[in-house]
Amino acid sequence: MTTPSTIFQSDTKESTVDFDHRRWMQGALRGYENTRSGTEATFGDFEAARKTAAAIKWDGIEHLDRHLAQFADNLERRGGKVHWAGNGKEAVEIILGLCREKEAKKIIKSKCMTTEEIHLNPALEQEGLEVVESDLGEFIVQLRAEEPFHFVFPAMHLKRDRISSVFQEKLGTEPSDDPEELTMIAREVMRRKYCEADIGISGANFAVADTGMISITENEGNARLTTSLPKVHIALMGIEKMVPKLEDLSVMLQMLGTAGTGQWLTAYNSMIGGPRQPGEVDGPEEFHVVLLDNHRTALLADPEQRDALRCIRCGACLNVCPIFKNIGGHSYGTTYQGPIGSVITPHLRGLQSWKHLSYSSSLCGACTATCPVKIDLHHHLMRNRRDSVVEKGGKQERWMFRQFSNLMSNPRLYRRSEGLMRVGAWLWKPLKGTKLDPLKAWTETRDLPSPARKSFHKQWKARAKEPTR
Amino acid sequence: MTTARDTILGRIREALSRPSHPGVRSLAGDGIRDVREARHVLPPGGETEEERLGNFTRLAEKLKVEVHLATGQLEVGHLLKKLKEEGNWDRIASHRSVITESQVPSLKLPVIWTDDEPGTEALEVCHVGITRCEALIAQTGSVLVTSKGCGGRALSVLPPHHIVLARRDQLLPDMLAGYDLLRDTYGDKLPSFISFITGASRTGDIERILVLGAHGPKRLTVIISD
Repeated sequence: MTTPSTIFQSDTKESTVDFDHRRWMQGALRGYENTRSGTEATFGDFEAARKTAAAIKWDGIEHLDRHLAQFADNLERRGGKVHWAGNGKEAVEIILGLCREKEAKKIIKSKCMTTEEIHLNPALEQEGLEVVESDLGEFIVQLRAEEPFHFVFPAMHLKRDRISSVFQEKLGTEPSDDPEELTMIAREVMRRKYCEADIGISGANFAVADTGMISITENEGNARLTTSLPKVHIALMGIEKMVPKLEDLSVMLQMLGTAGTGQWLTAYNSMIGGPRQPGEVDGPEEFHVVLLDNHRTALLADPEQRDALRCIRCGACLNVCPIFKNIGGHSYGTTYQGPIGSVITPHLRGLQSWKHLSYSSSLCGACTATCPVKIDLHHHLMRNRRDSVVEKGGKQERWMFRQFSNLMSNPRLYRRSEGLMRVGAWLWKPLKGTKLDPLKAWTETRDLPSPARKSFHKQWKARAKEPTR
Repeated sequence: MTTARDTILGRIREALSRPSHPGVRSLAGDGIRDVREARHVLPPGGETEEERLGNFTRLAEKLKVEVHLATGQLEVGHLLKKLKEEGNWDRIASHRSVITESQVPSLKLPVIWTDDEPGTEALEVCHVGITRCEALIAQTGSVLVTSKGCGGRALSVLPPHHIVLARRDQLLPDMLAGYDLLRDTYGDKLPSFISFITGASRTGDIERILVLGAHGPKRLTVIISD
């Protein structure tokens, strides 16, 4: 039977032995770590800044009902329209409804992982609409008809020759091995698209309760154009994006830049509150915000893991994760990859189908140590493991752990089994890595060291008999 | 009839009625919540005007922003003329404000004023957009612009070269001071668009190699006069 877990296993089997790709990823992410540590050093106290960022987002989450209501009221006072979507399907329906109402034909999008989460693009295309991703990385993966590899760097897995060839094939451009030339190709294509588009769709990095604004962080300027030129702007965002006050962004934007890419601030940090206001010369006539729940309230109801809703999607936990670096983003099979994806996907899509991600971790804690809003990521992976077993534990596994526990808490039994272990290892050796090997999944690509000739216990005893020096 | 809003807010209230696990709460427990109290934990803005100018220039130049200091409007005029000749401008996009109107007309080129609502196409063919700014931020090397005060949303992002005319007294220490200024200036009628512009448009989406001018301006020039 094909399940997310079996797909994950077969995908990772391939990706983990692609050493070229692993080296490439590690090189790319080392650059991030260097830049980031330089930027961290410019902070008065980066650790305290993490705590403040965590406190701000926690305030947003702890009183989420109040902040959301305030956000919606303030935005509507400024002529924006707020839509509430309980799940992905409802959000898609709301956006399709707006497209029909406006008789839209062409849509320009700026980067928005939430639209990936609800599978918006296929739904829009099925309606006969042209949908173009304007962020360069997203545009490249869209042309290649694949999922983003990393939710901040969507095309980080591709080298320039593959990008050049997809441009050649889909856009009919000349081949190039110059990143600047390739970027300019996308710029030219996109310029026309901004002007032609009927609707611009964006996401939001933050939403501000006391002013009714959304905030978008970007480097390219594509989000600014997407939200400025078309007559209608629709922003889709999860309900957890809330910060209470506009001033809170003075901390959050710098934390997002630093943790996300290592830059102290990205090129454009824009706050948008409503459509064009009286006395303004341009901007969309209509501004719609779609607030999406889609099981976020289920995560909020978890008294242990609700802090995962503080996540600002900076991607730092992916960048430092040894698992992500080795298996790559596509293997996860989720909208949100890496440690944060492994933590929240079981809540968003079902624990039993997605628990395998929580087991695919070395629990090294690099994610928790790097998170700019101090989410207890690696402990949440443990909590998911525990919850999955409590909910539906295997009898065989429970029996094995009971035996293991007996063995480890009973010295006499343990000593007696030492001899058995050596016999077992001798019997097992010819089976290693074959179909009959019960440990095949582990030993296929790894060696199991044979037990030492003289156990620690025996060595210790022998040593105790020696005269002390 | 319950609305979708009531349903979702109801779900949130129900979820929050379960108290947080004490262990989770402690993760955020000892942070300074008030951003005004937390100023010192962020990168410094500078105590004196000299320090602020130094920080602004250093950070902006790291991002390849061209920062010019000018003594008096006459020198600003000279700088703009030089840029005009180097860039072979044939028309200029700008907006009406004291500082822009004192400079732009004397360049003797056709001007597209965004106040006249010229439309996207007319703006798109301009090589340069000249705007004022709300403030310069020393902490981050950013230019703070708004739709109300700086000629709309498109002017500072559509033309390939963005030139900002600023005054030295517009230098603020940090982003928080920037937000305070906007509240003072606009009260509860904040502009529909506010942006901290930090360097020119850029991307690293191809092999993490920095390329300037992804979708927005390839060049950002800031001229600071006394």
